[in-house]
Amino acid sequence: MDFDLMLNSFPKLLNATLITLKLLSLSLIIGLFLGFCFAILRLSKNIFINRFAYGYSYLFRGTPLLVQIFIIYFGLGQIEFLRSSFLWVILKEPYWCAIIAFSLNTGAYTSEIIRSALQTIKPGFIEAGKSLGLSNKIIFFKIQIPIAIRQSLPAYGNEIILMLKGTSLASTVTLMDLTGVAKYIISTTFKPVEVFIVAGSIYLFLTFLIHNLIKFLEKKYSY
Amino acid sequence: MSLLSFGNSGWGDELFFATLMTLAVSLTAMIIGFIFALIFTPLKLSKIRFLNIIANSYTTVIRGVPELLVIYLFFFGGSGAVMFVASIFGYNEYIEINAFITGSFAIGIISGAYSTEVFRGAIQSIDKGQFEASQVLGLKKPIHFLKVILPQMLRLAIPNLSNVWQITLKDTSLISVTGLVEIMRQSYIAAGSTRDPLFFYSFAALLYLLLTFLSMKLVNKLEIKYNRGF
Repeated sequence: MDFDLMLNSFPKLLNATLITLKLLSLSLIIGLFLGFCFAILRLSKNIFINRFAYGYSYLFRGTPLLVQIFIIYFGLGQIEFLRSSFLWVILKEPYWCAIIAFSLNTGAYTSEIIRSALQTIKPGFIEAGKSLGLSNKIIFFKIQIPIAIRQSLPAYGNEIILMLKGTSLASTVTLMDLTGVAKYIISTTFKPVEVFIVAGSIYLFLTFLIHNLIKFLEKKYSY
Repeated sequence: MSLLSFGNSGWGDELFFATLMTLAVSLTAMIIGFIFALIFTPLKLSKIRFLNIIANSYTTVIRGVPELLVIYLFFFGGSGAVMFVASIFGYNEYIEINAFITGSFAIGIISGAYSTEVFRGAIQSIDKGQFEASQVLGLKKPIHFLKVILPQMLRLAIPNLSNVWQITLKDTSLISVTGLVEIMRQSYIAAGSTRDPLFFYSFAALLYLLLTFLSMKLVNKLEIKYNRGF
């Protein structure tokens, strides 16, 4: 065990954790928004909209995240039209490519979580709202959405942890996140175990925090 | 389409063998995962606290740390660990482990952590009466496990195991960082030499979709088979 190396690499890894957290929070926010939109589209009665939303979630859940990042980072630059458009400012940055890939990926999983939460709401709640004379809009926003949020908290907590682990793939497109820096230190010092312990503990600590935050929210919003 | 032709002019045959490689790694990893799960599930359910702690730390650490980090640990640390063990037995030459073994082991340990949780859940949801009944009948322990618990456990575990399989299948794409030529690595090579990454990565995505689709069909058949009589 090389304790000096562990101590020396800790600040570097902690610094890289910031990038990991930035990637995670931004993609979760965008992904949550996408997830909501696609969950509502999934429940639409129009078969085309429905199929479109299903196709989106099937595509992103059926393929590895690595492929998605590579398509966006290496693949999209090949399209002339995109290269000359204003979007190129965003798409040439690995940082934004990673965020786009992560957001689309977590959006697909989130849409499934929200959809199943919306579908499992007891019809009694909706009927109660109707018999009170509430409009459909109010029933949706004031009854269905709050119940669905509470229902989907445990599954969404898992999704956040999966996404935290997913951000490690940013290192494959040259970003120096926690895993990227860990790999760099490993390949320069050839001390994989020590670095793994330090980087792994940081990840475990983050997982622990997320787990407890979700537990707290579950308790707060239980009924 | 000429990019996908078989033979020397296209990448069709290379990608075909790469797909077989992905399947081979996933299957090996899944089997290694089962072995790990068979070791750790009893530890998890054991009444001895110390064994519980061992099994729990295995599943928590593996499920809380990114797969890529675990793969790097095995990739950079694997041959060192093997050489260390070999040096105890007096063998001091350099040993290189091939990428297939490192990769399947890394993914196998990850998939084992998920399988352990699935098996634990399945055993715990078997009716208590089943355990008591086989005790009353005086069945021996191995027979009790093989004939009473295992068939019921499998039925309950199949839907979740199919999720583990999908996760494992997708995780194998990460082994490409170690240089093992599976779908991702082959697409990377093809994309590099033809300068057509969009086409090859999209094709890789299609291959993964095909694999997940086919395995889902297979799992549905298995589910029907094991749900007979329920």
